[in-house]
Amino acid sequence: MVKVKPAEEYEDIPGTFVFNAERSRQGYGINMFCMSLMKDENRKTFKANEAAYLKKYPLTPEQTDAILKRDYNRMLELGGNIYFTAKLGATDGHSFRHLAAVMTGSTQDDYAKMMLEGGRSVEGNRSKSGKYDKPARKAAAGSAKKAKPSKKRKS
Amino acid sequence: MAKIIAGLASSHVPAIGAAIDNKQTEEPYWKRVFAGFEKTKRWMAETKPDVVIAIYNDHASAFSVELIPTFALGTATEFPPADEGWGPRPVPVVKGHPELASHIATSAILDGFDLTIVNKMEVDHGLTVPLNLAFGSPKEWPCPVIPLAVNVVQYPPPTGKRCFDLGRAIRKAVASYPDDLRVVVFGTGGMSHQISGPRAGLINQKFDKAFLDGLTKDPKKLAAMPHLEYMREAGAEGIELVMWHVMRGALDDKVKEVYRFYTVPASNTAVGHIILENTGKAAKTAARKKVGAGKVAAKKSGKKPARKAA
Ligand SMILES: [Fe+2]
Repeated sequence: MVKVKPAEEYEDIPGTFVFNAERSRQGYGINMFCMSLMKDENRKTFKANEAAYLKKYPLTPEQTDAILKRDYNRMLELGGNIYFTAKLGATDGHSFRHLAAVMTGSTQDDYAKMMLEGGRSVEGNRSKSGKYDKPARKAAAGSAKKAKPSKKRKS
Repeated sequence: MAKIIAGLASSHVPAIGAAIDNKQTEEPYWKRVFAGFEKTKRWMAETKPDVVIAIYNDHASAFSVELIPTFALGTATEFPPADEGWGPRPVPVVKGHPELASHIATSAILDGFDLTIVNKMEVDHGLTVPLNLAFGSPKEWPCPVIPLAVNVVQYPPPTGKRCFDLGRAIRKAVASYPDDLRVVVFGTGGMSHQISGPRAGLINQKFDKAFLDGLTKDPKKLAAMPHLEYMREAGAEGIELVMWHVMRGALDDKVKEVYRFYTVPASNTAVGHIILENTGKAAKTAARKKVGAGKVAAKKSGKKPARKAA
């Protein structure tokens, strides 16, 4: 039997909602709603009356609220997946990069500047618990060993 | 007999496709990216593969959450570009190679890889952007392309090792195909990037460079890297890099790295690109022959006749 990785292992990655089978099940309504926006006629119907359109999908009140408020992080938390929610973004005329800036809480200019300067550093962004403060670079270079847990904690 | 002669890996950032479609390739921001693929286009024009097998992932275009195949092999005659929200990309329809694709499906399934077979599928930027980077923007793609879609959207994707081993199975399948075809395998996606959540914008150049090194020199160890490490080190969507292992597994253990390019950023993503050639005598011979020079006269025994065939 393969041991399923405990969710906390990847829930330990900061600022990240891993789209696993659990989230996929929970967010089925969000993602199928987003998928419907691939069709122009659906985009128009949705825009004409968003709340009424959303009633056609199995959504919890929290999910409906997150969609109406365009709270992209909350959508991911409630089971949405970025490739799907990006279709809602596209319906509003926004690119992936625009949505990324929104999810990080940056202005568009600040986010674009950060990317031009090489992006967000991985230093200090590996784990919430501080368990993986050190790079696991050896694995990328060829040895599949895990980084040793470090005592240092990220504030 | 058919032969895999080389592998190519490249990021498949959607914004690169948009830059091509909106004619922005000469703008300084994009010029930096496209300049890195000039040599690639020349290499492709010289190499002239008969078929490309392209490992890519669908981004909620052909597959929603209704159906999530881990490995889906396209055996259709053609694959139209998908409408990803702004209308289909103005790129040629991708022509498949149903005979070779069906042969690979049969061989790989009997080899223990339970592939999903797809006879109707639209292809998104994951496939069409690397075709642009390799071939430019021709009226028709210069050769048939067999798409192999890998699930990297819902966790867990296949492991790196499984991807590598699938590459091995593809190599075996191609080698047992009777026609003299010269095949190039594309691995696409990556490199480090995260486009979701508050950590979006993450880039890890050290990781990416080590990944490129490992891909050339020590691919089996690289393929053993666990998923968590990709997500932690290379961003949640950096997990796309597992697809590169399929390409690498389809090549010989020892390869010649003929080209590498890396730049940050394209939109949210680190752009990485590498070309690896098989150096086996037979592969070299086939490469020298080029298309139109007649049939490769390699005999089934493989070893000695290859040199004479040149
Ligand atoms: Fe992708």
